[in-house]
Amino acid sequence: MFKLLKYLKGFRKESVLGPFFKLLEALFELFTPLVIAAIIDNGIAGGDKGYIVKMCLVLVGLGFAGLAFSITAQFFAAKASVGFTAKLRHVLFEHIGRLGYSQLDEVGSSTLITRLTGDMNQVQTGLNLTLRLLLRSPFVVFGAMIMAFTIDPRTAMIFVYVTLILFAVVFAIMLVSIPLYKKAQQRLDDVTGAVRENLTGVRVIRAFGLENSETERFNEKNHELARTQKFVGGVSALMNPVTYVIINIAVIYLIKAGAVRVDSGVLKQGEVVALYNYMSQILVELIKLANLIISITKSIACGNRIQAVLEIVPNNMAPNMENKENAQSNNISEDSGYAVEFDNVSLLYNGGGEKALEGISFKVKRGETVGIIGGTGSGKSSLVNMIPRFYDASEGVVKVNGQDVKNANPGQLRENIGIVPQKAALFKGTIADNLRWGNENASEEEIMQAVKAAQAADVVKVKGGLGAEIEQGGRNLSGGQRQRLTIARALVRRPEVLILDDSASALDFATDAALRKSLRELDFAPTVFIVSQRTSSIAHADKIIVLDDGKAVGIGTHEELLKSCEVYKEIYNSQFKKEAV
Amino acid sequence: MAKSSETAKKEKSDNKAASATLKKVLRYIKKYRLHMTLSIIMAAVTVGLTLYVPILAGRAIDLIVSPGNVDFEGISVIMAQIAIVVGVTAAVQWVMNNINNIITYHVVRDMREAAFEKIQRLPLSFLDVNPTGETLGRVTADADQFAEGLLMGFTQLFTGVVTIIGTLGFMLSISPMITVAVVVLTPLSLFIAKFIARKTYSMFKLQSETRGEQTAFIDEMISGQKVVRAFGREKESLEKFDEINERLRAYSLRATFFSSITNPSTRFVNNCVYAAVALTGALLSVSSGGAFSVGSLSCFLSYANQYTKPFNEISGVVTELQNSLACAGRLFELIEAEPQTPDKEDAYELGTAKGQVSLRDVCFSYVPEKKLIEDFCLSVQPGQRVAIAGPTGCGKTTVINLLMRFYDVNKGKISVDGKDIRDITRKSLRKNYGMVLQETWLKSGTVRENIAMGNPGATDDEIIEAAKASHAHSFIKRLPKGYDTVIGEGEGSLSQGQRQLLCIARVMLCLPPMLILDEATSSIDTRTEIKIQEAFARLMEGRTSFIVAHRLSTIREADIILVMREGHIVEQGSHEELLRRGGFYAKLYNSQFAS
Repeated sequence: MFKLLKYLKGFRKESVLGPFFKLLEALFELFTPLVIAAIIDNGIAGGDKGYIVKMCLVLVGLGFAGLAFSITAQFFAAKASVGFTAKLRHVLFEHIGRLGYSQLDEVGSSTLITRLTGDMNQVQTGLNLTLRLLLRSPFVVFGAMIMAFTIDPRTAMIFVYVTLILFAVVFAIMLVSIPLYKKAQQRLDDVTGAVRENLTGVRVIRAFGLENSETERFNEKNHELARTQKFVGGVSALMNPVTYVIINIAVIYLIKAGAVRVDSGVLKQGEVVALYNYMSQILVELIKLANLIISITKSIACGNRIQAVLEIVPNNMAPNMENKENAQSNNISEDSGYAVEFDNVSLLYNGGGEKALEGISFKVKRGETVGIIGGTGSGKSSLVNMIPRFYDASEGVVKVNGQDVKNANPGQLRENIGIVPQKAALFKGTIADNLRWGNENASEEEIMQAVKAAQAADVVKVKGGLGAEIEQGGRNLSGGQRQRLTIARALVRRPEVLILDDSASALDFATDAALRKSLRELDFAPTVFIVSQRTSSIAHADKIIVLDDGKAVGIGTHEELLKSCEVYKEIYNSQFKKEAV
Repeated sequence: MAKSSETAKKEKSDNKAASATLKKVLRYIKKYRLHMTLSIIMAAVTVGLTLYVPILAGRAIDLIVSPGNVDFEGISVIMAQIAIVVGVTAAVQWVMNNINNIITYHVVRDMREAAFEKIQRLPLSFLDVNPTGETLGRVTADADQFAEGLLMGFTQLFTGVVTIIGTLGFMLSISPMITVAVVVLTPLSLFIAKFIARKTYSMFKLQSETRGEQTAFIDEMISGQKVVRAFGREKESLEKFDEINERLRAYSLRATFFSSITNPSTRFVNNCVYAAVALTGALLSVSSGGAFSVGSLSCFLSYANQYTKPFNEISGVVTELQNSLACAGRLFELIEAEPQTPDKEDAYELGTAKGQVSLRDVCFSYVPEKKLIEDFCLSVQPGQRVAIAGPTGCGKTTVINLLMRFYDVNKGKISVDGKDIRDITRKSLRKNYGMVLQETWLKSGTVRENIAMGNPGATDDEIIEAAKASHAHSFIKRLPKGYDTVIGEGEGSLSQGQRQLLCIARVMLCLPPMLILDEATSSIDTRTEIKIQEAFARLMEGRTSFIVAHRLSTIREADIILVMREGHIVEQGSHEELLRRGGFYAKLYNSQFAS
């Protein structure tokens, strides 16, 4: 959390002035009991009505000054905390944009979203409270104590003891109850888990007729939650009564000791009243402080989570400039005719124990179509994701157009590659906006050409043209419609290399076949990579790579593989059984 | 002007909804009326005693006048009284807090229980239409928020009101004049608080709207981060983010600042009240020649503090309560949702069916405007296989929904062994079906518990036998704790294929006469897939089965093929018949082989 405070730099003035004005306000509050004492001892005792009126006006004046100071303080605190959080959000969002693919996988998008939203709000609230109140409460407590000392040092000693005891009690209760609250939170998570499970599994539960036994299971958890909550509640409910008792014991002592001091002429009656008032102020502030600490603890936890994301060092993707120039000139001079080359490539994910890919070598000529097939987790997606350098090879070399991708600027490299990811993600905006992601300057005609090639013409028509709005994440489209639009988006770019990562899974066989046909007929003749689970989708590729557990167990054409590759045969048979014979 | 009348109208309807919800909440609280009565009495006692302490302290101060003029004995007596009063107050307060906890947490517990029971009886249409997260939120987050608000209401609203009334009473008994001064000034504080609240409301609304906009944007961009990267849109995305972020900053600053003016302002009014009390009290004391004592003044001053405090708290509590009532309202929407039509009074148990299924003139649609299945007839003899084929997303689950009676037909009838399924208890109908869906759902618990789900009384041998028959035994053996390995909900170390094998084992253990199977499309490795197919084959031996099929071989081998497209059943017949017909199925089938 504390490393985050550097983003407070731009708000140095505000973060000093906020607490400062708050302290001024508190100071004025501390004067009030003194004024009352003066009214009693000088005004009432002396029967001086003018003095009383004057002093009461002073009270109003103090209140007014307090108001002015505290509004100023609130403004600075709000400005600093809101500004800080806005800056932090920007920094975090930018940072996420620099993280590598494998790092994104590791952290997970739902976590990142929470960090950017809920956690940020909590940090903002926490910082605002801190700037406003964290200094104020101890200041009032110690101020009241010091004021008491100025009235009568001997009697005031009780303030020291009481404050210490109150601190001890308040923090002891917090110390006990905070872990208990965590436990209650876990119980709540149990209840949440049970409900979620029943909602997601409702069909299975009803199929097995388990409604009643599931209800019993839930009730058990629910009762356990209520029990824990009551117990925690009981502990934290001690706070008020206990502090109340302590303060009043102190009051009893004050009055008794005060009586002796007044009797011997050291103190005046009004001063006893003042001491009494200071004691009440201490109680109020301590309780406030305890509540404040609870919410600040929460904010610090959120801050730490944000910090943890910021501390992930992005994988270095910057190419070596010299190498790059060399490589580019090399590229032009010795054009090998190969669009993509893999030379003994292995891939090891961060933290992943086993290699996702091992010893992969193949070469693809420009304009060829490559099919990649294999079971889940066999490394199909990993392989194609290495071409646009979403993952860097841990061993071996990946070359695009004869150039080692590690020497390429990822941005420039990707400009020539069209990717259709597994998860068809579209964004809020019109269809045209979405498709122009592929090429900002594409004309409407070019876009429609891509749409047709992607078999998405009817999608655009059904939705009401290129200007039709797509909702967030493409919610208003079906899976198949989304897939076709994402294919169109990649085609708008007219890329040299086109990668379809299992992106026709929601298309029926007929559309799938039509799509493959139109891809073959594209006028810019890209090199195409098709990842699929269906042999029918890749059977006609110039080259098929069969992956099993990260290794290439077969490379060749459909006919060759049927003869030579066991795994390929197995997959094919499972899908075409009798026909194959 | 029009706008304000609109907001007034909205406020009114909000209030109406809130009071309706309040009534429902009270119904739940009724069960704890004894607790409530106790709590109210104790609150009154606590407040009374708390207010009595300043009087005692004031009296003691009056006994300390000047040197040589101090009544030590009197002070001792009063101090003893204070000690007793304080002790009793503290004890009563603690007990009261505990009672409040009991009421709150029990009420919420009861409501959750009612909600959960309702979930078990809701029609699937409700659960399919309302996102899981939303329903979940009602039972958890909303219930929790409601509990918090309710507790706060009990502890603060209640004692707050009693404190105000009590203080007024005590003040009147000491000095009506000062009381008037206090009463005249307090509405000012309320007025200011309300004024600020109204002003800040629109700012808060802007803030939360912009926050929502930003969250939606973040959600989209982070989930689609890889696409953003692939198309090099990082800069544009950051620019858009910054634009929203800047707007949010501005709105947030205004909302935060203006709302934080409330406290200082009401505190200022309180200070004025305090000054007024000091003024009138001191003047009274001077003019009455000491009849109104310094002790009384001190007592009054602490009342002035105590009296204004609940006003400040109450305005906070009221917002909190409104919020919590809104949460309770959402929870009640779930509790009061229309349950599925109950089984008929005279519904009977089906027993073990032979497996003859027929659909006659069935019409069905999820929404009236979009007709899906119309006048559909199908007759399946015991032991026959029905394949449901068609492109992904063509609505194959609709058939499952109808067979299992997750949904009722709109017209026509479905019968099993010649009996209308609406005359049979749902439970006994569903017990006759074994269902393995592609979306494998396992409950949190051990592997053993999961396999025994349909037959909790099964012996270990039976469970292992079922696991062996479904090819699950070999991988279960290799799990860290074998059959006692705990499976986490939604994740865990099991692969998709392994999860599906467990689901098959689950059905294998009950061996019902009819099956509903959902073939895997993808996401399963070849070897496991072959195992699943073998297990399916074994399950289907001699049983009526409905298979949502993706594999051509499965489809070809079926006795009857239902071809679906965009939710409609477009063709039915055997493979050969359909090919001959040359319709949609033929087109689908041929596209597989077209070069």
